[in-house]
Amino acid sequence: MSAPAATRRPRRAQVPGGSRARRVVGLLVLLLATAALAVFALGLGDYPLSPGEVIGAALDPGAGFKRTIVLEWRLPRVALALLIGAALAVSGALFQSLTDNPLGSPDIIGFTSGSYTGAILALTVLGAGLDGAALGALLGGLATAGVVLALTYRRGIEGFRLIIVGIGVTAMLTALNQWLLLRAQEEVAMSASIWGAGSLANSSREAALTAGVGVVVLLVLVAAVSAPLRQLELGDDLARSHGVRTGAVRISVVLLGVALVALAVATSGPIAFVALTAPQIAARLLRSPGLPLTGSALTGAFLLLGADLLAQHAVPGGVPVGTVTTVLGGVYLVTLLIREARKTW
Amino acid sequence: MPDTPLTTPAGADRAAPPAPARPPRAGSRRRAAGILALVLGFAALVLAFALALSVGSRPLPAEEVWRALTGGAASSDARLVVLELRLPRSTIALVAGLALGLAGALAQSLTRNPLADTGILGLNSGASFLIALSVMVFGVSSPFWRLPFAFIGTLGVAVGIFLIGGTGATRSSIARVTLAGMAIGAVLSGIVTALTLINPAAYSVLRAWNAASLEGRTWGELLPALPFVLIGAVLAMTLGASFNSLSLGEDLARSLGVDVGRVRVLALVAVTLLAGSATAIAGPIVFVGLMIPHLARAIVGPDVRWIMALTAVLSPVLVLAADVLGRVLLPNGEVPVGLVTAFLGAPVLIAIARRRHLVAAS
Repeated sequence: MSAPAATRRPRRAQVPGGSRARRVVGLLVLLLATAALAVFALGLGDYPLSPGEVIGAALDPGAGFKRTIVLEWRLPRVALALLIGAALAVSGALFQSLTDNPLGSPDIIGFTSGSYTGAILALTVLGAGLDGAALGALLGGLATAGVVLALTYRRGIEGFRLIIVGIGVTAMLTALNQWLLLRAQEEVAMSASIWGAGSLANSSREAALTAGVGVVVLLVLVAAVSAPLRQLELGDDLARSHGVRTGAVRISVVLLGVALVALAVATSGPIAFVALTAPQIAARLLRSPGLPLTGSALTGAFLLLGADLLAQHAVPGGVPVGTVTTVLGGVYLVTLLIREARKTW
Repeated sequence: MPDTPLTTPAGADRAAPPAPARPPRAGSRRRAAGILALVLGFAALVLAFALALSVGSRPLPAEEVWRALTGGAASSDARLVVLELRLPRSTIALVAGLALGLAGALAQSLTRNPLADTGILGLNSGASFLIALSVMVFGVSSPFWRLPFAFIGTLGVAVGIFLIGGTGATRSSIARVTLAGMAIGAVLSGIVTALTLINPAAYSVLRAWNAASLEGRTWGELLPALPFVLIGAVLAMTLGASFNSLSLGEDLARSLGVDVGRVRVLALVAVTLLAGSATAIAGPIVFVGLMIPHLARAIVGPDVRWIMALTAVLSPVLVLAADVLGRVLLPNGEVPVGLVTAFLGAPVLIAIARRRHLVAAS
């Protein structure tokens, strides 16, 4: 997966970064903003609650009906938005770091569509339940990762080829997914296509708990590989001289990144562009030299919760959150491309 | 990370080499191959059209189809199926295929981008977006008034893409254009999805059309678009010689008497007419304009006139074949033709991306 060292771009470590203090302050601000948005979200709905009432209801076991509204009705969806946003963002940061390209994110290079294919196959062909769908999503994502990387590999993973191959594989899998959904019996197709657009509408307490455990376990594992991954960002030779087993690190990063996407897809369907944008926004906010994993997780959580609020409340009748992230993330991507085009002119 | 360029991979921004400097009139062998390919392509077109008339949920034998077409003694429901259902939809497939193929070939000549296609550049999405708006906001229902909206949408996206991508055929500009087309397409179809969810009445009008399915198309949808496709096709054919000169470089083309600015404007007009009409009559069908020009170039070489001619014959074959496939892939119902071409076309995209040197087909 590594290009010869000579052809590698000068590494990010040479990009002047902000100070450590700025990063800590930035993380704290992100954390507070996310918490504030969550409290705000818990207050929104047919029975509006003020932030004070939300916090009171959450802390006071005797708050009765308000406590039921906040903890039983609204918390699962808010928690899922935060968890899945974080999972997608960290997965994006891992792949962008690994491919050394902001566009090497799982929603662009096809892993998200592949996870969805795996989940649909498990649901419609094997008749599996939601656990089976999660396993299918994981296998589908891994298989797609294998195919995309194999098709891209030619003396190294070149960014251009990775992106175009990824777009091609995404197009093929999207067509395949729609055919599978058309082919499936009506009722199965319905349950598979409900989360086809990427939606948090079916959030339940159980789903939130399962996703929560999964995301926490995976994030702990990610934290374990983050130090060697930083070494890898400085170049293979340097990393090897520090005793990093580059191949093993890369494989575990791919596995963890795909597992995070698969978990997200199995829970809420394919939600586009969070994995692409969150790490980029986080890096800009924190002036971080590399891709900040913690910052990405917080940014992703904030973005997906914000997008879900827009999806529920800004559009009459509500739309799937995947539609909102697609539109906003797509606009962000186009802006990035325009800015880059200006630079090259 | 924030300052690393998005689409410029490590050391990879080599410019694509200029097209092989074979002279446009490249000997009699190329011409013989071209004529043979045209004849075979035409035979394939007749075959595909015949299949499109006889295959379906009610399969009809060839003689029955022929009797229905010629007014012979066919059963009345055979006549209904052939004349009222399959003949209009197959003719639409033929016209849309021709328009999409030529639009793709023109776009590749215009941008020097080997991945240029009406779908990849987001032109289909631009047309779809404005058609959806016309239905929802202005209540447009006549197929004729769909067309101006489709043209505006196509042209708007084409100009935007051109501004983002620039004119160079470097790998970074190709990647940028491809991504921009994909992103614009995603944004526009996301907005259409949201709008249709809000407006259920428009949803039912747009659903069938937007899925790029040819089921239930009528003559009334095709006829208003025909003149525009015809103008676009004639423009495409006449621009071939100028594009041959342009492939030698702008300066040389100018010295050969080519008005470069005029050629580009005419090509843009032709792409708009062709891609807009095709989307208006058949919905967003992708990858036809990518696959066929590259196939044509592989057969007849780099002469743009031959590529255009062969593309015009082979593109309808692809769309007709995809439509026929779509009818047999499901036990009940149909797979929209756009899904079939996307599934077939994506591997071509991957194969082109894996090449060392990227050369536009035409």
